[in-house]
Amino acid sequence: MNFWEYLGSRHQQLLTDAYQHASAVFQCMVVATVLGVLIGVVTYRSERAGNLATLTTSAILTVPSLAMIGLLIPVVGLGVPPTVIALTLYGLLPIVRNAIVGLRGVDPTLVDAATGIGMSRPMRLVRIELPLAWPPILTGIRVSTQMLMGIAAIAAYASGPGLGNLIFRGLASLGSKNALNQVLSGTLAIIILALLFDAVYVLIGRLTIPRGIRA
Amino acid sequence: MPETSTRGAAIELENLSKRYPGNPGPAVDNVTMHINAGETVIFVGPSGCGKSTTLKMINRLIEPSSGRIRINEEDVTRMDPVKLRRHVGYAIQASGLFPHMTVAQNIALVPKMIGWSKTRIRERVEEMLDLVGLDPREFHGRYPRQLSGGQQQRVGVARALAADPPVLLMDEPFGAVDPITRDHLQDELIRLQRELHKTIVFVTHDFDEAIKLGDRIAVLRERSHIAQFDTPEAILTNPADDFVSGFVGAGAALKRLNLTRVRDVEITDYPTVTVDDPLQSIFSLLRSSGTNEILLLDKRGRPYKWLRRGDLMRAKGSLARAGTLVYDTVTRDATLRDALEAVLTDSAGRVAVTGRRGEYTGVVDMETLINSVHELLEADRLEAMAHQHDLEEARAAQTHAEQEGNAGEAKA
Repeated sequence: MNFWEYLGSRHQQLLTDAYQHASAVFQCMVVATVLGVLIGVVTYRSERAGNLATLTTSAILTVPSLAMIGLLIPVVGLGVPPTVIALTLYGLLPIVRNAIVGLRGVDPTLVDAATGIGMSRPMRLVRIELPLAWPPILTGIRVSTQMLMGIAAIAAYASGPGLGNLIFRGLASLGSKNALNQVLSGTLAIIILALLFDAVYVLIGRLTIPRGIRA
Repeated sequence: MPETSTRGAAIELENLSKRYPGNPGPAVDNVTMHINAGETVIFVGPSGCGKSTTLKMINRLIEPSSGRIRINEEDVTRMDPVKLRRHVGYAIQASGLFPHMTVAQNIALVPKMIGWSKTRIRERVEEMLDLVGLDPREFHGRYPRQLSGGQQQRVGVARALAADPPVLLMDEPFGAVDPITRDHLQDELIRLQRELHKTIVFVTHDFDEAIKLGDRIAVLRERSHIAQFDTPEAILTNPADDFVSGFVGAGAALKRLNLTRVRDVEITDYPTVTVDDPLQSIFSLLRSSGTNEILLLDKRGRPYKWLRRGDLMRAKGSLARAGTLVYDTVTRDATLRDALEAVLTDSAGRVAVTGRRGEYTGVVDMETLINSVHELLEADRLEAMAHQHDLEEARAAQTHAEQEGNAGEAKA
């Protein structure tokens, strides 16, 4: 069976896996974004807290993904929970770092002006600082998503959902007639998903970054 | 204007100080100052003298360590600072416009915060753009980066004035624009203030700007100590001490020229003819007037050409070819400095003065200028002497009273 025939006969399975993969990454990204921006907002004003947040999240990122998932299994069990926790943790770093950098990068005279015309602190954050820091934050989200696409494949190790199952199955039965097709189709599907997500982010950027600060 | 605008409020600073933790000396030390309603007061001083800090304490962007601020008799030192700032206009250097909002959104910010209705805000935005000389239809939807520096600064002022605050604080607002634009913006601010009568506190390090804009100028030395707080005329002619005269700089007499307008001095009348007059009468006027030059006006009464006796002869009686064109005129609102500039560049040392629509009203020449300046300086000097005399008398009276008091105590 060549690759195309394989795709033809298994496209149902492939689509289900791809959907689950995308869905897992998407949901984890939503959680990571909310958490990451929140951490950024809480810590950016203090030099020490900001650095600590960046340091912690980058330390998490250095843990090998296989080890991380493996370590989570005894704690939270198999399946979805370790996948979601691991993906969310990995997704944090780029978002936290870019949120802090973006918020700190807002021109201090603008912050001064915002306060000077009578904005309260929460209002200043929501109306001025976050919108101005949004482009770097969005970039962080994009980087995070690309990374999670790959890492999500490892989730299959903990019987998690997604395209990783195909790849692992293929790798486990190397030499059999469909092994290569399985690995290849899983990998290609991940790449296509990543590109699709990226296209969506470009669109989101177009829609959410005001014309006045678009590059 | 559809709405009557709020006029200025008096500001009272009482023993205002600012100390920063870790610094032995205060950044601002015990400033007491009364700013009248509707007055433009300029804080001027070297950088780092605390003038900006003092300004920012008025809207409590910097919280005073001690002292009191009253606006319109109301103590605002304990008031919610956010609420206070919504009723005090604030314009800063480089405009401080929010780049992700359109011009209209920027201007609408404060009215929105204090809960104006949508229609009222929309009308107000148009009105403010109009006020600062920008076409609402053209600039409404633009983003700050699509504007020139001067236009941004205008929008910055419009935003500061949008909610019609009685007080306007300006922190070196024209510091970042080129000199020509700055000059325009200053003129604009003078015009605005003539219409609005706000209380303006304006910080600058440029003494010429202070002279041009201020009703009164506070020259500040380090820690915001007031070296002199007086009208520009008084500071120019009678600086309180070496620090102030150092700050006034050389050429006080020249700077004095900025304070007087052409309409305040004597404008000489000149023999004039219009282009419609018959040649014959022009000749006879030239002969009879005693001067060897007359001014030719165009159909609308605007200065057109200087005609000399010989010009008409040489041009064989054709007005089109005779005389020298009038290059430069000054309006009655121009400063004497502008007039002097024009007179100095003119080959014959005189310049025509025009009215609102460019029509001829008279001529200023070197002699008039020199005489006026002498008179001005003399008057200033007399006033300064009178002022000095008053001060001395007051001081003498005080000393006298103190001595009497001491004598009384000694007896008792």
